[in-house]
Amino acid sequence: MKINLINLLTSAVLLSSSAIQAQDIKDVLNKGKITGNFQIEAQYYQEDTLIGAEQPNEQVLSNGFLNLIYSNGGFSAGVRYESYQNALLGYPTGYKGSGIPYRFASYTSEDLSVTVGNFYEQFGNGLVLRAYEERGLGYDNAIDGIRVKYKVKNGIEFTGLIGQQRIFFDKGEGIVRAFNATINLNETFEQLAEAKTKISFGGSVVSKYQEDDNPDFILPENVPAFSARTIISRGKFNINAEYAFKANDPNTDNGFNYKNGEAAFIQATYSRKGLGISLSAKRVDNFSFRSERTAGEQDLFINYQPALTKQHTYNLLATLYPYATQPNGETALQGDVIYNFKKGSVLGGKYGTGIQLNAAFAFDIDKDSLDPTADVQRNLYSSNYFETGQRFFRDLNIQINKKLTKDFKLILTYSNLLYNQAVIEGKPPETPIIKAHIGVVEGTYKFNMRNSLRFEAQVLKTKQDQGDWATGLLEYSYSPHWFVAALGQYNYDNPKADEVLYYNISGGYNNHGNRISLSYGRQRAGIFCVGGVCRVVPASNGLYLSITSSF
Amino acid sequence: MKNLLAALLVTFSMSLIAQNQGKVPSVDVKTMDYETFNTSKISNNGKPVVINFWATWCSPCKRELNNIAYMYEDWVEETGVKIIAVSIDDARNMGKVAPYVNGKSWEYDILLDPNGDLKRAMGVNNVPHTFLVDGNGDIVWQHNSYSEGDEYELYELIKKLSAGESISK
Repeated sequence: MKINLINLLTSAVLLSSSAIQAQDIKDVLNKGKITGNFQIEAQYYQEDTLIGAEQPNEQVLSNGFLNLIYSNGGFSAGVRYESYQNALLGYPTGYKGSGIPYRFASYTSEDLSVTVGNFYEQFGNGLVLRAYEERGLGYDNAIDGIRVKYKVKNGIEFTGLIGQQRIFFDKGEGIVRAFNATINLNETFEQLAEAKTKISFGGSVVSKYQEDDNPDFILPENVPAFSARTIISRGKFNINAEYAFKANDPNTDNGFNYKNGEAAFIQATYSRKGLGISLSAKRVDNFSFRSERTAGEQDLFINYQPALTKQHTYNLLATLYPYATQPNGETALQGDVIYNFKKGSVLGGKYGTGIQLNAAFAFDIDKDSLDPTADVQRNLYSSNYFETGQRFFRDLNIQINKKLTKDFKLILTYSNLLYNQAVIEGKPPETPIIKAHIGVVEGTYKFNMRNSLRFEAQVLKTKQDQGDWATGLLEYSYSPHWFVAALGQYNYDNPKADEVLYYNISGGYNNHGNRISLSYGRQRAGIFCVGGVCRVVPASNGLYLSITSSF
Repeated sequence: MKNLLAALLVTFSMSLIAQNQGKVPSVDVKTMDYETFNTSKISNNGKPVVINFWATWCSPCKRELNNIAYMYEDWVEETGVKIIAVSIDDARNMGKVAPYVNGKSWEYDILLDPNGDLKRAMGVNNVPHTFLVDGNGDIVWQHNSYSEGDEYELYELIKKLSAGESISK
């Protein structure tokens, strides 16, 4: 089937070309171009009982892919070949073998754009629909089907799509049908073109179909979800709000609850030169939306629910206790302030000083259990909109950026974390809530235009879980091509186990769009997240090679 | 399988005809005001353009753009270059882009690519990833990752382009 499609596309291109004169064909082909990228990651694993690292039977595992996109004028077509021999530890084990799980063709002519095959899409903030990929996580819920976009007039656009979602080298059983309309008033109405206030609205309907083959329940085969949103901006202010509703969608995630779902998100920002403020809030109630009722893990999500927490980058902050959205119910709040003390001011000094404050809170929603046998609707709980349940997560953090001299910069970070391990990692309810203090000092010293040294010193202190951690990182780079780095991580006060030193050395070369890196050492078990979607990576010890290339 | 190989061969031979990376692809992204912007409209009156993919959660990206920010005024004055910083932050962090950019007083043009459409079309694996576009709108150079000092190499290339010299790949 895949092969036939590609043949068809290729012949279509060639046939349409052959209708034109030979000279023209050359001209047409001259305009075409191929872009793409390639990656291979491979790891050799050693057994290391001290950190609980196992050697898989294969000893060596690898993931790789190649994207090719051909485009010519309004036409484009592409394929992605993927190969897992077998997938690296920590990747979803469903990735096995090789194939072409992604291929598409699309053309845009005037106001109409048509895509057939696999495509990615996002409506608004993604509350009801987001098909996307995070290759690093092995996350890919691309839709395989047909999508049509039509620009009715300036500022008004309709999108319709239908298809099934990708699951590893297969497709989910459910069919997703979706429609989205957006209108930007300032682009649509000429008299508003110069208005200071900019307003746009959007609305979506997304419906999934899956046959009811459950012997115990009568399940809705068609489940619709709706969303309405607006973005209003005026000068330095901006508001982005979206509300979504989902009809009853009993599934494994919600314990076959027949309650309707809803989700609301609002974000307000103010920013001017030297100051940025952002406040956001959301409430999610029974809003796991997948194209298969019994899908688990990160499989077959139709929608996307971002975690309202800061996305940290330092190892101890990012991979020990990161928050992941709880789609069955959560209330979350977040505030950010970014301020720059000007050069020459008391706090700014010679080069200025940057400060960033962030506070993020997440709670369960209020849930009053209902007896499913007493309620004909089989709603499992009722919820008061303005009350919250137990605490899931809190992060209060501050970061100060300071350039001290022409050649030396310092970044100081402190974070105070509260992490409900029982809920977030699905551990037994008596697992204590983790309270942690984390401090990081990062410095960069530039010897000259090409040579520089960067270091990180990180400490995490907690009385729960695995106790205290310290991490040191040194990275030497010779611009623009080379780097070497050494990392040491020490779990120095673990109440449950021996103290362990994790060490890792790495080096890399990059030139133009190509990058090769090699590392050797121990890797702590951790939670690896991109965009609030996480996967648990087991401890490992061994040699890791990565090659990426863009062309 | 043979058919597939044939198809790929045809595709590859087409790529040989297409010598360089060509123009910036035509993809709809958003401006910081969430208005739609088509990337085929990227231009700078015959002067070079830098397209830099970054994210608010990517520390090397921020190091790079903050380092360039110290010199950007001089770069623009001397070469007329324009830097377009394309944020790949998704819905989680997209709203934080404007506060960050303004908080840091960046003067770059900012575009938002929240679902990675432009990122995919330009073959970007990970951020930071920098493209250099010459005065004719052709992509002539690219670089993945950032190390302290990489901006000097970039600026040497910008100066060459601005002076009308070609840069070898």
